[in-house]
Amino acid sequence: MFRRTLMTTAAVAALAVATLSSASAQSLIRLGAAAPMTGPLAGGATVTHWPAVRLWVSEVNARGGLQLADGPATIELIEYDDQTNPQQAIMAAQRLATQDQVDFMVAPYSTGMNLAAAPVFAQLGYPMITGTAVTDQQPELAQQFPNMFFVLGRTSVMAEDTAHVLVDLRERGEIGNRVALVNVADAFGIEMAGISRSVLESNGFEIVYESSYPLGTQDLAPVIDGAKASNPDAFIAWSYPGDTFALTDQAIVQNFAPHVFFTAVATAFPAYEARFGAAAEGVLGMGGVNADDPAFQAFATAHTELNGQGPDFWASAATYATLEILGQAIEAVGAPDRAAVLTYLQDRSHSYETVLGPVSFNENNDNEAYWTVGQWQDGVFRGVAARGREGAVPVQVFDGWE
Amino acid sequence: MFILITGLLLGGTYALIAMGLNLQYGVARIMNLANGEMLVAGGFAAFWVYTAGQVNPIAALIVVAPLAFAVNWVLYRVMLQPLVTRAKNRGQLETDSILATFGMSFAFVGVMTWVFGGGYFNYAFLAQPFEMFGSSYAQNRIVAFLIATVIAAALWLWLTYSRAGLRMRAVAVNPRSARLVGIDVKATSALAFALGGAITATGGSLISMFFTLDASVGVLFTMKALIIVIMGGVGDIRGTIIAALILGIAETAVARLIDPGLTLAAAYFLFLAVLLFRPQGLFGKKPT
Amino acid sequence: MSTREIRNLIVSALLIGLCCLLPVYGSPYWLTMGTTIAMYAVLSTSWALFSGPTHYISLATAAFFGVGTFVTGLGFQDLPFWTLPVIAAALGAVLAALVGMVTLRLSGVYFVIFTLGLAEMVRQVVTWVQNQTGHRGMYVLTSLTEREIYWMLIALASLVFLAGWLIGRSKLGFALRIIGNDETVAKHSGIDTALAKVLLFMVPGAAAAATGAILAPRYIYIEPSTAFAPLLSFQVVIMALLGGTGRLWGPIAGVIPFTLLWEAITRQAPNQTLLLLGLAFLLIVYVLPGGFVGLWDRLRRRYGGNQ
Repeated sequence: MFRRTLMTTAAVAALAVATLSSASAQSLIRLGAAAPMTGPLAGGATVTHWPAVRLWVSEVNARGGLQLADGPATIELIEYDDQTNPQQAIMAAQRLATQDQVDFMVAPYSTGMNLAAAPVFAQLGYPMITGTAVTDQQPELAQQFPNMFFVLGRTSVMAEDTAHVLVDLRERGEIGNRVALVNVADAFGIEMAGISRSVLESNGFEIVYESSYPLGTQDLAPVIDGAKASNPDAFIAWSYPGDTFALTDQAIVQNFAPHVFFTAVATAFPAYEARFGAAAEGVLGMGGVNADDPAFQAFATAHTELNGQGPDFWASAATYATLEILGQAIEAVGAPDRAAVLTYLQDRSHSYETVLGPVSFNENNDNEAYWTVGQWQDGVFRGVAARGREGAVPVQVFDGWE
Repeated sequence: MFILITGLLLGGTYALIAMGLNLQYGVARIMNLANGEMLVAGGFAAFWVYTAGQVNPIAALIVVAPLAFAVNWVLYRVMLQPLVTRAKNRGQLETDSILATFGMSFAFVGVMTWVFGGGYFNYAFLAQPFEMFGSSYAQNRIVAFLIATVIAAALWLWLTYSRAGLRMRAVAVNPRSARLVGIDVKATSALAFALGGAITATGGSLISMFFTLDASVGVLFTMKALIIVIMGGVGDIRGTIIAALILGIAETAVARLIDPGLTLAAAYFLFLAVLLFRPQGLFGKKPT
Repeated sequence: MSTREIRNLIVSALLIGLCCLLPVYGSPYWLTMGTTIAMYAVLSTSWALFSGPTHYISLATAAFFGVGTFVTGLGFQDLPFWTLPVIAAALGAVLAALVGMVTLRLSGVYFVIFTLGLAEMVRQVVTWVQNQTGHRGMYVLTSLTEREIYWMLIALASLVFLAGWLIGRSKLGFALRIIGNDETVAKHSGIDTALAKVLLFMVPGAAAAATGAILAPRYIYIEPSTAFAPLLSFQVVIMALLGGTGRLWGPIAGVIPFTLLWEAITRQAPNQTLLLLGLAFLLIVYVLPGGFVGLWDRLRRRYGGNQ
């Protein structure tokens, strides 16, 4: 008796599976994603990239899939680890396209991996909408790779806006002219520090302490000590996650509390607030979001529910937005037709509704509306400066590590 | 004064990173490229007990150290001893152990990514300032330094005055002659490897108080440890400690007086210079 | 030249010709695989040319490779592309000669660590110089496609093989075999061991730098952390040892299966790639101690009769 029931159940289940798969045979979109799960950038990708990608796929499938001309299509996600290695990033993109024959691909994580994989995307005609590449080469890149779109923004603008925050504070009479400027010595840090220096100097600021430290350094007591000895009004660090934490830690220990305290990548991570709590209040960082926007709040809630961790207050939403854009383009075309979707994306008159707000691309495939600087205020990292976005809150002067 | 104290604290951290490797490489003859992963594992263990159970990471050492000892002992007996037996000469063993432990480091990173995920791990423990000579230093670094001192002193006393320590030094000098005088080389090597692993994991737990770790970061520590061990001289614990302190002070001095961008370059430069002029290390004995 | 040597030369030329056809007949996927294999083939074979006879394990590949990518990164806008690998090779050879002169007196393990430290020091110095000059991230945007990069690598691989073959026939090769067997004997028989080793060390230096220069357009974005990634040095060693360093074709016999294995693991187990790679790695070390060359020789001894 028991055995018969079991067999019947099995048969019914098999039938159900068969029906399901035949029904979905034509309406399944294969989406490939390769990004770091191991290697130096795995930490960042685990916070920013993977949860956002998985969230989008699960939300689309939960509402029945993308609405195409001949009915809805659910999404199958195929993931690979690129080991933070450009060689592997190239291989993974190639594998996804030609072996797994995915319909679309998620752009990789970080500037370096995106650019390494870009020729493969371009050659095989895949749209590449990146949410984690910050660069200043959009015109050149868009010319070389007309299928590449940029959502996160430009490096120079990020650095300029950070300087402008200082200008504002000085005009309000809150800070003086002295700035300590440090950076992590890799392409990102060097570029950002270079732009900040020239913008700050042309605005009459005095750089009283300037130094860099090697990638991966977390023993930063000498840097903070040097910065403190120069008695600056503002401290700006173009830093990466590990050193962002270490710099903050040391600043607290040495009670180095200038009126502006800025650290770059990872300041917008929820882990920053979890680590420093109320002490983080008033710290400035790269990125930001409109934290009061219901769209972002809904995104944050769903993100936490699915992944057990909140989004960061910057590139998480941008990564999610790249997929929203892709999804809307596919739905507008009505079929998983890469060439048609690419043509649709390349039509600059189109605009997309995303968690960031409306996004459109200019002649360099560049999104011109994005957040540049944020600040921890009341336990939330709020955008204080943006290009083309509403909802920036006034920047507050940093009042110590209490 | 600031440079000296900060440098000493950093040197203490380096000693924690490198002492274990010195035992493993000096006595057991295993150039352990998975050393950094063992360290990160120790850090993760401390993180986990601290966040899950609010257990003081220093108290957690009571569990972490014996556990790491056991794991490393098994590792040596199962994975590495066959290589030692198989090797015809020292060069062959070196090649094989580099390859095998490199494979292990991959596997460890894989396991840690699997279990803990790839994200960043840190927590605040004793991250308050401590005032000394007009400057303030992080309490957790001072505590780590003190524990490093205790470990180093205990290790040195044990190696110098106990019978087991004597056996270990004999194996470090020459495994073949050690066997001739009736020392169980295999058991001694396993003990050294396990002890080294336990010290490394302990170091990891302590370092996690002030370092942000992730599953893939171990290789950085391995490189640093290798440099310190070679610089200090293989098989001599004093050499490692002094090399660690020199490196800590030199890096801090360069960072504060010249340019923080050159700290690592300075460290490697110092290391290469030592290798060139004293290839046996600061405290190593010249091979005859 | 014996008939056997002539036969081997013809076979090699045919095989290389066959490799050149891959971009024409193969799919883009296999072209990407081929490029990866060709890259490791150059690096491992040239590595084994030095490390095979001398038993010195060099972890400096990443240093030379990184220097090569930076040569392209700095020069690709002003110089014709074909000059860049040549310049890089010259620079790599000079760097190798300098390193060789000061370090090859060191015995085995110190040399290993020294070369590892060297790659890191070069990276730190390059980064620092970039920082001092306010140099931006480098974008190597060229019109080179993957197939051209592949052909260049095949050409480079052929050169390395030719060099290996010539060295094997030359006095230098003879001297090196003696050094490998017993350095004291070599010294006593009047061989300038230091010079022989330095000369030989320049080969992997030049080859790795040229490889870096050729591959820079493939990576596009050049930054020290990826250009000098220490993992590369280890991968090259592993592949060469998997193949076996006793013969010229040994490393290639390691590169091809290893690359395919890596690809298969990455594909089958995207979430446990590193774990499985590590285990596969351990398996190789324990099961194939002499590499494929060792296995081949054992099999031949057992079944080949009086060969």
